[in-house]
Amino acid sequence: MIDKKFIGTESPPVSIEVEKYPIRLFALSIGETNPIHTDEAAAKAAGYASLVAPPTYAFCLNSMAAQGGGARNTLYQDMGVNMARVLHGEQSFTYHKPIVAGDVLTFRPKIVDIYDKKNGTLDFIVQETAVTNQRGERVVDTRTVIVVRN
Amino acid sequence: MSLPKFDSLKVGDTIPVLTTKPISRTTLALYCGGSGDHNPLHVDTDFAKKAGLPDVIAHGMLSMAYLGRAVTNWVPQNRLRSYSVRFAAMTQVHDVVTCSGRIAEKMTVDGENRVRLELEAKTQGGTVTLQGDAVVAL
Repeated sequence: MIDKKFIGTESPPVSIEVEKYPIRLFALSIGETNPIHTDEAAAKAAGYASLVAPPTYAFCLNSMAAQGGGARNTLYQDMGVNMARVLHGEQSFTYHKPIVAGDVLTFRPKIVDIYDKKNGTLDFIVQETAVTNQRGERVVDTRTVIVVRN
Repeated sequence: MSLPKFDSLKVGDTIPVLTTKPISRTTLALYCGGSGDHNPLHVDTDFAKKAGLPDVIAHGMLSMAYLGRAVTNWVPQNRLRSYSVRFAAMTQVHDVVTCSGRIAEKMTVDGENRVRLELEAKTQGGTVTLQGDAVVAL
């Protein structure tokens, strides 16, 4: 079982610039053909400043930002979690503002709950992340539930 | 895209179903690149078999993206207020994913008419892989 003292732990913020080609590649990879993700003129005609990120792309940006340089986040190691035993249990997004190419996003992850089920054979880690852009505007809040099979 | 009319929608109404092509290895490789999730379970059959699986599995977040497309095919993305899923079962390579949604609730929040959709992704054998909901403003 994971020590509940980790509830409330905030990881160091990570940042990433949102770029056009990766948005196009992501749209292609999910079979999304709406031109607001691939064609700047179409995005602008729809009221966006540039190519818009599809609804689940913030999750990918978060992992890309976490992979990119800087001090490695050892939180899961510190919690004693074997990463080979984790599953993605749930994922949520609450949307505030669009994410568009050219934005620089900052992710601030926090562990908000840890609980176990089935006599401790499963641990659940709930992480919430507030995502802001370069103007300090909150663009999306994400919530991830990670399941650890002990 | 014309917006569905809030007043004419009823609880239980459904949104158009989205059915994918069978998920190919190429799709999984593309999603690895597009998402930044390079876990070998999704592209390396040798690795997947060593992990006790019959073959590579699709990313759960790929199915979440497909289910999200069913919603944003129905209303423009800027109408999406929230979107959540629970991952219920694995999706295998070659599976066909069918994404559906029904109106579960109509409400007015912050002066905005909204509906909550209950969403589901299923594979061709009937296994429910994702259950979720989305709130959209109309």
